[in-house]
Amino acid sequence: MLLIRCPYCEEDRPELEFRHAGEAHLVRPSNMDAMSDAEFERFLFIRQNPKGVVFERWRHVHGCARFFNAARDTITDKFVTTYKAGEPKPTLEGAEE
Amino acid sequence: MRKFSAFAIAREALRGHKGWGVQWASPEPRSEYDVIIIGAGGHGLATAYYLAKEHGITNVAVLEKGWLGGGNTGRNTTIIRSNYLYDESAGIYDHALKLWDGLSQDLNYNVMYSARGVMMLAHNVHDVQVLQRHIHANRLNGVDNEWLTPEQAKDYCPPLNISGQTRYPVIGATLQRRGGTARHDAVAWGYARAASDRGVHIIQNCEVTGTRRAPQGHIIGVDTSKGFIGAKKVGVVAAGHTSVLMEMADVRMPLESYPLQAMVSEPVKPVFPCVVMSNTVHAYISQSDKGELVIGAGTDQYTSYSQAGGLHIINHTVDAICEMFPMFRRMKMLRSWGGIVDVTPDRSPILAKTPVQGLYVNCGWGTGGFKATPGSGHVFAHTIARDEPHRINAPFTLERFRTGRLIDEAAAAAVAH
Repeated sequence: MLLIRCPYCEEDRPELEFRHAGEAHLVRPSNMDAMSDAEFERFLFIRQNPKGVVFERWRHVHGCARFFNAARDTITDKFVTTYKAGEPKPTLEGAEE
Repeated sequence: MRKFSAFAIAREALRGHKGWGVQWASPEPRSEYDVIIIGAGGHGLATAYYLAKEHGITNVAVLEKGWLGGGNTGRNTTIIRSNYLYDESAGIYDHALKLWDGLSQDLNYNVMYSARGVMMLAHNVHDVQVLQRHIHANRLNGVDNEWLTPEQAKDYCPPLNISGQTRYPVIGATLQRRGGTARHDAVAWGYARAASDRGVHIIQNCEVTGTRRAPQGHIIGVDTSKGFIGAKKVGVVAAGHTSVLMEMADVRMPLESYPLQAMVSEPVKPVFPCVVMSNTVHAYISQSDKGELVIGAGTDQYTSYSQAGGLHIINHTVDAICEMFPMFRRMKMLRSWGGIVDVTPDRSPILAKTPVQGLYVNCGWGTGGFKATPGSGHVFAHTIARDEPHRINAPFTLERFRTGRLIDEAAAAAVAH
Protein backbone atom coordinates (compact mmCIF):
# COMPACT_ATOMS: atom_id res chain seq x y z
CA MET A 1 0.00 0.00 0.00
CA LEU A 2 1.23 3.46 -0.87
CA LEU A 3 1.88 6.11 1.75
CA ILE A 4 0.69 9.41 0.34
CA ARG A 5 1.34 12.93 1.59
CA CYS A 6 -1.73 15.12 1.33
CA PRO A 7 -0.50 18.67 0.67
CA TYR A 8 -3.57 20.14 2.37
CA CYS A 9 -3.54 17.99 5.53
CA GLU A 10 0.29 18.01 5.45
CA GLU A 11 0.35 14.42 6.65
CA ASP A 12 1.48 11.06 5.26
CA ARG A 13 -1.63 8.90 5.13
CA PRO A 14 -2.29 5.34 3.85
CA GLU A 15 -3.52 4.84 0.27
CA LEU A 16 -6.90 3.60 1.53
CA GLU A 17 -7.85 7.20 2.32
CA PHE A 18 -7.24 8.29 -1.25
CA ARG A 19 -8.78 7.84 -4.65
CA HIS A 20 -6.64 7.95 -7.77
CA ALA A 21 -8.09 10.40 -10.29
CA GLY A 22 -6.12 10.00 -13.50
CA GLU A 23 -3.56 12.04 -15.38
CA ALA A 24 -2.98 15.58 -14.09
CA HIS A 25 -2.71 18.88 -15.95
CA LEU A 26 -5.31 17.95 -18.55
CA VAL A 27 -6.97 21.31 -19.07
CA ARG A 28 -10.64 21.20 -19.92
CA PRO A 29 -10.96 23.16 -23.17
CA SER A 30 -13.06 26.30 -23.13
CA ASN A 31 -13.91 26.20 -26.85
CA MET A 32 -15.58 22.80 -27.13
CA ASP A 33 -17.91 23.85 -29.93
CA ALA A 34 -14.90 24.63 -32.11
CA MET A 35 -12.96 21.45 -31.34
CA SER A 36 -12.26 18.77 -33.94
CA ASP A 37 -12.80 15.06 -33.30
CA ALA A 38 -9.03 14.60 -33.05
CA GLU A 39 -8.81 17.26 -30.34
CA PHE A 40 -11.65 15.62 -28.41
CA GLU A 41 -9.87 12.28 -28.70
CA ARG A 42 -6.70 13.81 -27.27
CA PHE A 43 -8.55 15.41 -24.39
CA LEU A 44 -10.82 12.49 -23.52
CA PHE A 45 -8.81 9.38 -24.27
CA ILE A 46 -5.14 9.78 -25.20
CA ARG A 47 -2.91 9.39 -22.16
CA GLN A 48 0.84 9.62 -21.67
CA ASN A 49 0.99 6.46 -19.55
CA PRO A 50 4.73 6.97 -18.99
CA LYS A 51 7.14 4.37 -17.70
CA GLY A 52 8.87 6.72 -15.30
CA VAL A 53 7.57 9.87 -13.63
CA VAL A 54 3.84 10.41 -14.03
CA PHE A 55 1.92 13.52 -13.04
CA GLU A 56 -1.42 12.43 -11.66
CA ARG A 57 -4.38 13.61 -9.61
CA TRP A 58 -5.36 12.12 -6.29
CA ARG A 59 -8.29 12.91 -4.04
CA HIS A 60 -8.06 12.62 -0.28
CA VAL A 61 -11.57 11.25 -0.31
CA HIS A 62 -11.62 9.89 3.25
CA GLY A 63 -9.77 12.91 4.66
CA CYS A 64 -10.09 16.52 3.58
CA ALA A 65 -11.82 15.33 0.36
CA ARG A 66 -9.75 17.71 -1.77
CA PHE A 67 -8.06 17.01 -5.09
CA PHE A 68 -4.31 17.48 -5.39
CA ASN A 69 -1.54 16.52 -7.80
CA ALA A 70 1.39 14.18 -7.40
CA ALA A 71 4.52 13.20 -9.28
CA ARG A 72 5.19 9.49 -8.90
CA ASP A 73 7.62 7.06 -10.48
CA THR A 74 5.59 4.27 -12.12
CA ILE A 75 8.54 1.85 -11.99
CA THR A 76 9.12 2.07 -8.23
CA ASP A 77 5.70 3.54 -7.24
CA LYS A 78 7.62 6.05 -5.10
CA PHE A 79 6.19 9.56 -4.85
CA VAL A 80 8.56 12.31 -5.93
CA THR A 81 6.34 15.06 -4.58
CA THR A 82 2.72 16.07 -4.05
CA TYR A 83 1.40 19.59 -4.54
CA LYS A 84 -1.85 21.47 -4.37
CA ALA A 85 -4.28 21.66 -7.27
CA GLY A 86 -3.72 24.74 -9.39
CA GLU A 87 -0.01 24.91 -8.63
CA PRO A 88 2.23 24.68 -11.68
CA LYS A 89 3.76 21.37 -12.71
CA PRO A 90 7.12 21.09 -10.95
CA THR A 91 10.16 20.62 -13.18
CA LEU A 92 11.73 17.27 -12.43
CA GLU A 93 14.64 15.41 -13.92
CA GLY A 94 13.57 12.56 -16.17
CA ALA A 95 9.93 13.60 -16.36
CA GLU A 96 8.19 13.95 -19.70
CA GLU A 97 6.85 17.31 -20.69
CA MET B 1 10.32 -31.30 -34.22
CA ARG B 2 9.34 -34.63 -32.75
CA LYS B 3 5.62 -35.19 -32.62
CA PHE B 4 4.04 -35.94 -29.26
CA SER B 5 2.01 -39.15 -29.27
CA ALA B 6 1.22 -42.12 -27.06
CA PHE B 7 3.83 -44.05 -29.04
CA ALA B 8 6.48 -41.36 -28.40
CA ILE B 9 5.77 -41.45 -24.66
CA ALA B 10 6.10 -45.23 -24.58
CA ARG B 11 9.34 -45.08 -26.58
CA GLU B 12 10.84 -42.42 -24.32
CA ALA B 13 9.75 -44.30 -21.21
CA LEU B 14 11.91 -47.19 -22.38
CA ARG B 15 14.85 -44.93 -23.27
CA GLY B 16 14.97 -42.98 -20.02
CA HIS B 17 13.40 -39.86 -21.59
CA LYS B 18 16.63 -38.90 -23.31
CA GLY B 19 15.15 -38.26 -26.74
CA TRP B 20 12.84 -35.28 -26.17
CA GLY B 21 15.16 -32.46 -27.26
CA VAL B 22 14.44 -28.74 -27.31
CA GLN B 23 10.91 -27.63 -28.16
CA TRP B 24 11.79 -24.49 -30.11
CA ALA B 25 14.95 -23.15 -31.70
CA SER B 26 16.81 -20.10 -30.36
CA PRO B 27 18.42 -18.68 -33.52
CA GLU B 28 20.48 -15.53 -33.96
CA PRO B 29 18.37 -12.83 -35.61
CA ARG B 30 18.53 -12.38 -39.39
CA SER B 31 19.21 -8.90 -40.73
CA GLU B 32 15.67 -8.60 -42.06
CA TYR B 33 12.27 -10.26 -41.71
CA ASP B 34 8.96 -9.95 -43.50
CA VAL B 35 7.21 -9.52 -40.16
CA ILE B 36 8.50 -8.76 -36.67
CA ILE B 37 6.20 -9.37 -33.72
CA ILE B 38 7.21 -7.51 -30.55
CA GLY B 39 6.29 -9.57 -27.51
CA ALA B 40 6.50 -13.36 -27.09
CA GLY B 41 3.46 -13.83 -24.93
CA GLY B 42 0.50 -15.93 -25.92
CA HIS B 43 -0.99 -13.33 -28.27
CA GLY B 44 2.32 -12.59 -30.03
CA LEU B 45 3.28 -16.24 -30.46
CA ALA B 46 -0.23 -17.10 -31.65
CA THR B 47 0.02 -14.28 -34.21
CA ALA B 48 3.32 -15.68 -35.49
CA TYR B 49 1.91 -19.21 -35.62
CA TYR B 50 -1.16 -18.20 -37.62
CA LEU B 51 0.96 -16.01 -39.94
CA ALA B 52 2.92 -19.13 -40.80
CA LYS B 53 0.04 -21.58 -40.82
CA GLU B 54 -2.79 -19.61 -42.42
CA HIS B 55 -0.92 -17.10 -44.55
CA GLY B 56 2.31 -18.89 -45.47
CA ILE B 57 4.46 -16.07 -44.05
CA THR B 58 7.31 -17.85 -42.30
CA ASN B 59 10.06 -15.21 -42.45
CA VAL B 60 8.88 -13.97 -39.08
CA ALA B 61 10.64 -13.07 -35.83
CA VAL B 62 9.07 -12.78 -32.42
CA LEU B 63 11.19 -10.48 -30.24
CA GLU B 64 10.93 -10.77 -26.48
CA LYS B 65 12.53 -8.47 -23.93
CA GLY B 66 12.53 -11.12 -21.20
CA TRP B 67 11.65 -14.76 -21.51
CA LEU B 68 8.91 -16.42 -23.46
CA GLY B 69 5.52 -16.22 -21.75
CA GLY B 70 7.00 -14.32 -18.79
CA GLY B 71 4.61 -11.38 -18.92
CA ASN B 72 0.86 -11.47 -18.48
CA THR B 73 0.67 -14.91 -20.15
CA GLY B 74 2.34 -16.32 -17.05
CA ARG B 75 0.56 -13.96 -14.66
CA ASN B 76 -3.17 -14.48 -15.19
CA THR B 77 -5.87 -16.71 -13.75
CA THR B 78 -6.42 -18.65 -17.01
CA ILE B 79 -10.16 -18.10 -17.20
CA ILE B 80 -11.77 -18.69 -20.59
CA ARG B 81 -15.28 -17.49 -21.44
CA SER B 82 -17.08 -15.60 -24.19
CA ASN B 83 -20.29 -14.33 -22.54
CA TYR B 84 -19.69 -10.66 -23.32
CA LEU B 85 -22.55 -8.28 -23.95
CA TYR B 86 -21.91 -6.58 -27.27
CA ASP B 87 -22.00 -8.22 -30.68
CA GLU B 88 -18.44 -7.18 -31.50
CA SER B 89 -17.10 -8.66 -28.25
CA ALA B 90 -19.13 -11.85 -28.57
CA GLY B 91 -17.71 -12.15 -32.08
CA ILE B 92 -14.06 -12.03 -31.10
CA TYR B 93 -14.25 -13.87 -27.77
CA ASP B 94 -16.40 -16.67 -29.16
CA HIS B 95 -14.06 -16.96 -32.14
CA ALA B 96 -11.33 -17.58 -29.57
CA LEU B 97 -13.45 -20.05 -27.62
CA LYS B 98 -14.07 -22.10 -30.77
CA LEU B 99 -10.32 -22.20 -31.40
CA TRP B 100 -9.61 -23.31 -27.81
CA ASP B 101 -11.67 -26.37 -28.59
CA GLY B 102 -9.22 -28.42 -30.63
CA LEU B 103 -6.17 -26.23 -29.99
CA SER B 104 -4.21 -29.06 -28.34
CA GLN B 105 -4.68 -31.20 -31.44
CA ASP B 106 -3.86 -28.32 -33.77
CA LEU B 107 -0.61 -27.53 -31.95
CA ASN B 108 0.17 -31.16 -31.01
CA TYR B 109 0.71 -29.78 -27.52
CA ASN B 110 -1.57 -30.29 -24.55
CA VAL B 111 -2.77 -26.84 -23.49
CA MET B 112 -5.10 -28.52 -20.97
CA TYR B 113 -8.18 -26.59 -22.05
CA SER B 114 -10.89 -27.73 -19.70
CA ALA B 115 -14.48 -26.64 -20.38
CA ARG B 116 -15.49 -26.95 -16.75
CA GLY B 117 -17.98 -24.07 -16.81
CA VAL B 118 -17.74 -20.43 -15.74
CA MET B 119 -20.30 -19.35 -13.18
CA MET B 120 -21.04 -15.70 -12.38
CA LEU B 121 -22.88 -14.88 -9.20
CA ALA B 122 -25.69 -12.40 -8.68
CA HIS B 123 -25.93 -10.83 -5.21
CA ASN B 124 -28.56 -8.15 -5.73
CA VAL B 125 -31.38 -7.10 -8.03
CA HIS B 126 -29.05 -5.10 -10.24
CA ASP B 127 -26.78 -8.13 -10.73
CA VAL B 128 -29.79 -10.25 -11.68
CA GLN B 129 -30.92 -7.74 -14.28
CA VAL B 130 -27.45 -7.25 -15.74
CA LEU B 131 -26.63 -10.95 -15.88
CA GLN B 132 -29.99 -11.87 -17.40
CA ARG B 133 -29.51 -9.17 -19.99
CA HIS B 134 -26.19 -10.83 -20.78
CA ILE B 135 -27.87 -14.20 -21.17
CA HIS B 136 -30.33 -12.81 -23.69
CA ALA B 137 -27.65 -10.92 -25.60
CA ASN B 138 -25.45 -14.01 -25.63
CA ARG B 139 -28.30 -16.20 -26.90
CA LEU B 140 -28.90 -13.82 -29.81
CA ASN B 141 -25.21 -14.16 -30.68
CA GLY B 142 -25.25 -17.96 -30.44
CA VAL B 143 -23.16 -17.94 -27.25
CA ASP B 144 -24.28 -20.41 -24.58
CA ASN B 145 -25.11 -18.95 -21.17
CA GLU B 146 -27.87 -20.00 -18.80
CA TRP B 147 -29.56 -18.88 -15.59
CA LEU B 148 -29.23 -20.88 -12.37
CA THR B 149 -31.14 -20.59 -9.10
CA PRO B 150 -28.97 -20.59 -5.94
CA GLU B 151 -29.80 -24.29 -5.44
CA GLN B 152 -28.80 -25.14 -9.02
CA ALA B 153 -25.62 -23.12 -8.55
CA LYS B 154 -24.78 -25.11 -5.44
CA ASP B 155 -25.48 -28.37 -7.26
CA TYR B 156 -22.97 -27.36 -9.91
CA CYS B 157 -20.46 -25.98 -7.40
CA PRO B 158 -20.92 -27.66 -3.98
CA PRO B 159 -18.47 -25.46 -2.01
CA LEU B 160 -20.63 -22.39 -2.70
CA ASN B 161 -22.26 -20.82 0.36
CA ILE B 162 -25.91 -20.03 -0.46
CA SER B 163 -27.05 -19.82 3.17
CA GLY B 164 -28.28 -16.24 2.98
CA GLN B 165 -26.25 -15.46 6.11
CA THR B 166 -23.50 -13.72 4.17
CA ARG B 167 -23.05 -9.99 3.68
CA TYR B 168 -23.85 -10.45 -0.03
CA PRO B 169 -26.07 -13.53 -0.36
CA VAL B 170 -26.17 -15.45 -3.64
CA ILE B 171 -29.56 -14.99 -5.28
CA GLY B 172 -28.79 -16.50 -8.66
CA ALA B 173 -26.02 -17.17 -11.15
CA THR B 174 -25.22 -17.55 -14.81
CA LEU B 175 -23.33 -20.51 -16.21
CA GLN B 176 -21.41 -20.71 -19.45
CA ARG B 177 -20.69 -24.40 -19.75
CA ARG B 178 -18.18 -24.03 -22.59
CA GLY B 179 -16.12 -21.66 -20.45
CA GLY B 180 -13.30 -22.96 -18.32
CA THR B 181 -9.55 -22.81 -17.95
CA ALA B 182 -6.36 -23.79 -19.77
CA ARG B 183 -2.73 -24.17 -18.76
CA HIS B 184 -1.29 -20.68 -19.36
CA ASP B 185 2.37 -21.67 -19.80
CA ALA B 186 1.45 -24.51 -22.11
CA VAL B 187 -0.35 -22.06 -24.38
CA ALA B 188 2.82 -19.98 -24.82
CA TRP B 189 5.01 -23.06 -25.14
CA GLY B 190 2.65 -24.83 -27.54
CA TYR B 191 2.41 -21.83 -29.86
CA ALA B 192 6.17 -21.24 -29.64
CA ARG B 193 6.93 -24.86 -30.52
CA ALA B 194 4.46 -24.97 -33.39
CA ALA B 195 5.58 -21.58 -34.77
CA SER B 196 9.26 -22.48 -34.49
CA ASP B 197 8.54 -25.73 -36.32
CA ARG B 198 7.17 -23.68 -39.23
CA GLY B 199 10.30 -21.54 -39.40
CA VAL B 200 9.42 -18.62 -37.13
CA HIS B 201 12.38 -17.21 -35.19
CA ILE B 202 11.75 -16.73 -31.49
CA ILE B 203 14.38 -14.39 -30.08
CA GLN B 204 14.36 -13.98 -26.32
CA ASN B 205 16.32 -11.43 -24.26
CA CYS B 206 16.05 -9.01 -27.15
CA GLU B 207 14.56 -5.69 -26.08
CA VAL B 208 13.21 -3.30 -28.69
CA THR B 209 14.66 0.16 -28.00
CA GLY B 210 13.34 2.09 -30.98
CA THR B 211 11.55 1.91 -34.30
CA ARG B 212 12.95 3.12 -37.62
CA ARG B 213 10.89 4.63 -40.39
CA ALA B 214 11.69 5.55 -43.98
CA PRO B 215 11.49 9.23 -45.00
CA GLN B 216 8.11 8.43 -46.58
CA GLY B 217 6.92 7.34 -43.13
CA HIS B 218 6.56 3.57 -43.40
CA ILE B 219 8.26 1.24 -40.96
CA ILE B 220 11.60 -0.32 -41.96
CA GLY B 221 12.65 -2.07 -38.78
CA VAL B 222 13.43 -1.87 -35.09
CA ASP B 223 16.49 -1.13 -32.99
CA THR B 224 17.05 -3.79 -30.38
CA SER B 225 19.53 -4.79 -27.72
CA LYS B 226 20.91 -7.16 -30.42
CA GLY B 227 21.25 -4.38 -33.00
CA PHE B 228 19.06 -3.16 -35.84
CA ILE B 229 16.67 -5.70 -37.37
CA GLY B 230 14.89 -4.79 -40.58
CA ALA B 231 11.23 -5.59 -41.17
CA LYS B 232 8.57 -4.88 -43.78
CA LYS B 233 5.88 -5.05 -41.12
CA VAL B 234 5.94 -4.80 -37.34
CA GLY B 235 3.21 -5.97 -34.98
CA VAL B 236 3.27 -4.64 -31.42
CA VAL B 237 1.78 -7.17 -29.00
CA ALA B 238 3.29 -5.88 -25.78
CA ALA B 239 0.37 -5.62 -23.31
CA GLY B 240 1.30 -3.21 -20.49
CA HIS B 241 4.27 -1.76 -22.39
CA THR B 242 2.33 -0.90 -25.55
CA SER B 243 2.29 2.84 -24.76
CA VAL B 244 6.07 2.82 -24.36
CA LEU B 245 6.67 1.01 -27.65
CA MET B 246 4.15 2.99 -29.67
CA GLU B 247 5.64 6.23 -28.35
CA MET B 248 8.86 5.18 -30.13
CA ALA B 249 6.89 5.36 -33.39
CA ASP B 250 5.27 8.67 -32.37
CA VAL B 251 1.84 7.10 -31.93
CA ARG B 252 0.06 8.18 -28.75
CA MET B 253 -2.26 5.53 -27.36
CA PRO B 254 -5.55 5.66 -25.45
CA LEU B 255 -4.12 3.29 -22.84
CA GLU B 256 -3.27 3.25 -19.17
CA SER B 257 -1.27 0.46 -17.51
CA TYR B 258 -2.40 -0.86 -14.15
CA PRO B 259 -1.14 -3.63 -11.85
CA LEU B 260 -3.47 -6.63 -11.66
CA GLN B 261 -2.75 -9.19 -8.99
CA ALA B 262 -3.52 -12.85 -8.55
CA MET B 263 -2.54 -15.58 -6.13
CA VAL B 264 -2.49 -19.32 -5.61
CA SER B 265 -3.02 -21.39 -2.50
CA GLU B 266 -1.21 -24.50 -1.36
CA PRO B 267 -2.21 -27.45 -3.56
CA VAL B 268 -5.03 -29.65 -2.31
CA LYS B 269 -7.04 -32.55 -3.73
CA PRO B 270 -9.77 -31.70 -6.26
CA VAL B 271 -12.46 -29.76 -4.38
CA PHE B 272 -13.53 -27.09 -6.80
CA PRO B 273 -15.24 -28.18 -10.02
CA CYS B 274 -15.60 -24.97 -12.05
CA VAL B 275 -14.73 -21.29 -12.27
CA VAL B 276 -16.73 -18.92 -10.09
CA MET B 277 -16.66 -15.16 -10.55
CA SER B 278 -18.44 -12.50 -8.61
CA ASN B 279 -18.72 -9.02 -9.96
CA THR B 280 -20.17 -7.46 -6.84
CA VAL B 281 -17.71 -8.74 -4.23
CA HIS B 282 -15.08 -8.80 -6.96
CA ALA B 283 -13.24 -12.07 -6.72
CA TYR B 284 -12.81 -15.06 -8.96
CA ILE B 285 -11.58 -18.54 -8.23
CA SER B 286 -10.85 -21.88 -9.82
CA GLN B 287 -8.66 -24.86 -9.02
CA SER B 288 -5.73 -25.75 -11.22
CA ASP B 289 -4.99 -29.33 -12.23
CA LYS B 290 -2.00 -29.11 -9.87
CA GLY B 291 -4.49 -28.56 -7.04
CA GLU B 292 -3.85 -24.92 -6.22
CA LEU B 293 -6.76 -22.56 -5.84
CA VAL B 294 -6.19 -19.79 -8.37
CA ILE B 295 -7.67 -16.53 -7.14
CA GLY B 296 -7.88 -13.22 -8.93
CA ALA B 297 -8.19 -9.70 -7.65
CA GLY B 298 -9.15 -6.38 -9.15
CA THR B 299 -6.63 -3.89 -10.45
CA ASP B 300 -4.92 -1.41 -8.19
CA GLN B 301 -6.26 2.11 -8.59
CA TYR B 302 -3.09 3.78 -9.86
CA THR B 303 -1.07 3.30 -13.06
CA SER B 304 2.19 1.43 -12.64
CA TYR B 305 4.81 -0.68 -14.39
CA SER B 306 6.07 -2.26 -11.17
CA GLN B 307 4.42 -5.71 -11.55
CA ALA B 308 3.44 -5.44 -7.88
CA GLY B 309 0.30 -4.17 -6.24
CA GLY B 310 -1.01 -3.38 -2.79
CA LEU B 311 -1.64 -6.07 -0.20
CA HIS B 312 -5.01 -4.56 0.70
CA ILE B 313 -6.32 -5.55 -2.75
CA ILE B 314 -5.39 -9.17 -2.04
CA ASN B 315 -6.86 -8.97 1.46
CA HIS B 316 -10.14 -7.71 0.08
CA THR B 317 -10.24 -10.51 -2.49
CA VAL B 318 -9.48 -13.22 0.05
CA ASP B 319 -12.19 -11.82 2.33
CA ALA B 320 -14.71 -12.20 -0.47
CA ILE B 321 -13.55 -15.74 -1.29
CA CYS B 322 -13.79 -16.82 2.34
CA GLU B 323 -17.32 -15.51 2.62
CA MET B 324 -18.51 -17.24 -0.55
CA PHE B 325 -16.62 -20.46 0.23
CA PRO B 326 -16.26 -20.83 4.00
CA MET B 327 -14.40 -24.13 3.57
CA PHE B 328 -11.36 -22.18 2.29
CA ARG B 329 -10.98 -20.07 5.44
CA ARG B 330 -8.01 -22.07 6.70
CA MET B 331 -6.26 -22.47 3.36
CA LYS B 332 -2.77 -21.01 3.13
CA MET B 333 -1.89 -18.78 0.21
CA LEU B 334 1.44 -19.70 -1.36
CA ARG B 335 2.26 -16.98 -3.85
CA SER B 336 0.87 -13.75 -5.21
CA TRP B 337 2.09 -11.70 -8.12
CA GLY B 338 1.16 -8.79 -10.33
CA GLY B 339 0.98 -8.25 -14.06
CA ILE B 340 0.75 -4.96 -15.91
CA VAL B 341 -2.48 -4.71 -17.87
CA ASP B 342 -3.13 -2.11 -20.56
CA VAL B 343 -6.63 -0.74 -20.21
CA THR B 344 -8.52 1.17 -22.90
CA PRO B 345 -11.22 3.75 -22.10
CA ASP B 346 -13.97 1.38 -23.31
CA ARG B 347 -12.34 -1.79 -21.89
CA SER B 348 -12.30 -3.40 -25.33
CA PRO B 349 -9.08 -4.34 -27.11
CA ILE B 350 -7.46 -2.63 -30.08
CA LEU B 351 -6.39 -4.93 -32.95
CA ALA B 352 -5.70 -2.67 -35.83
CA LYS B 353 -3.57 -0.87 -38.32
CA THR B 354 -1.98 2.34 -37.07
CA PRO B 355 -1.31 5.72 -38.70
CA VAL B 356 2.20 4.40 -39.47
CA GLN B 357 2.30 2.26 -42.64
CA GLY B 358 3.47 -1.26 -41.78
CA LEU B 359 2.93 -0.88 -38.04
CA TYR B 360 0.12 -2.87 -36.42
CA VAL B 361 -1.01 -3.02 -32.82
CA ASN B 362 -2.75 -5.65 -30.72
CA CYS B 363 -3.32 -4.27 -27.22
CA GLY B 364 -5.84 -3.07 -24.68
CA TRP B 365 -6.91 -6.52 -23.51
CA GLY B 366 -6.95 -5.10 -20.02
CA THR B 367 -7.80 -7.56 -17.31
CA GLY B 368 -9.06 -10.34 -19.56
CA GLY B 369 -6.75 -11.12 -22.46
CA PHE B 370 -5.80 -14.72 -21.81
CA LYS B 371 -9.16 -16.12 -22.89
CA ALA B 372 -8.80 -14.47 -26.28
CA THR B 373 -5.29 -15.71 -27.08
CA PRO B 374 -6.07 -18.00 -30.05
CA GLY B 375 -8.71 -15.73 -31.58
CA SER B 376 -6.60 -12.62 -31.11
CA GLY B 377 -3.57 -14.20 -32.78
CA HIS B 378 -5.74 -15.58 -35.58
CA VAL B 379 -7.37 -12.31 -36.62
CA PHE B 380 -4.27 -10.21 -35.95
CA ALA B 381 -2.24 -12.46 -38.27
CA HIS B 382 -4.92 -11.85 -40.91
CA THR B 383 -4.68 -8.08 -40.32
CA ILE B 384 -0.90 -8.09 -40.78
CA ALA B 385 -0.81 -10.51 -43.72
CA ARG B 386 -3.56 -8.80 -45.74
CA ASP B 387 -2.98 -5.26 -44.47
CA GLU B 388 -6.67 -5.11 -43.64
CA PRO B 389 -8.60 -6.34 -40.61
CA HIS B 390 -10.48 -9.62 -40.45
CA ARG B 391 -14.25 -9.08 -40.31
CA ILE B 392 -14.13 -10.11 -36.63
CA ASN B 393 -11.59 -7.49 -35.52
CA ALA B 394 -12.72 -4.77 -37.94
CA PRO B 395 -14.63 -2.92 -35.16
CA PHE B 396 -11.62 -2.94 -32.81
CA THR B 397 -9.87 0.00 -34.45
CA LEU B 398 -7.62 2.67 -32.99
CA GLU B 399 -9.79 5.32 -34.66
CA ARG B 400 -12.90 4.45 -32.66
CA PHE B 401 -11.78 6.82 -29.92
CA ARG B 402 -11.95 9.60 -32.49
CA THR B 403 -15.14 8.58 -34.26
CA GLY B 404 -16.92 7.72 -31.02
CA ARG B 405 -17.82 4.21 -32.19
CA LEU B 406 -16.77 2.66 -28.87
CA ILE B 407 -17.38 -0.93 -27.82
CA ASP B 408 -18.32 0.02 -24.34
CA GLU B 409 -17.79 -3.14 -22.34
CA ALA B 410 -16.63 -0.85 -19.52
CA ALA B 411 -20.17 -0.63 -18.29
CA ALA B 412 -21.25 -3.95 -19.65
CA ALA B 413 -18.59 -6.60 -19.07
CA ALA B 414 -19.77 -9.42 -16.93
CA VAL B 415 -17.04 -8.60 -14.43
CA ALA B 416 -16.32 -5.12 -13.12
CA HIS B 417 -13.26 -3.38 -14.43
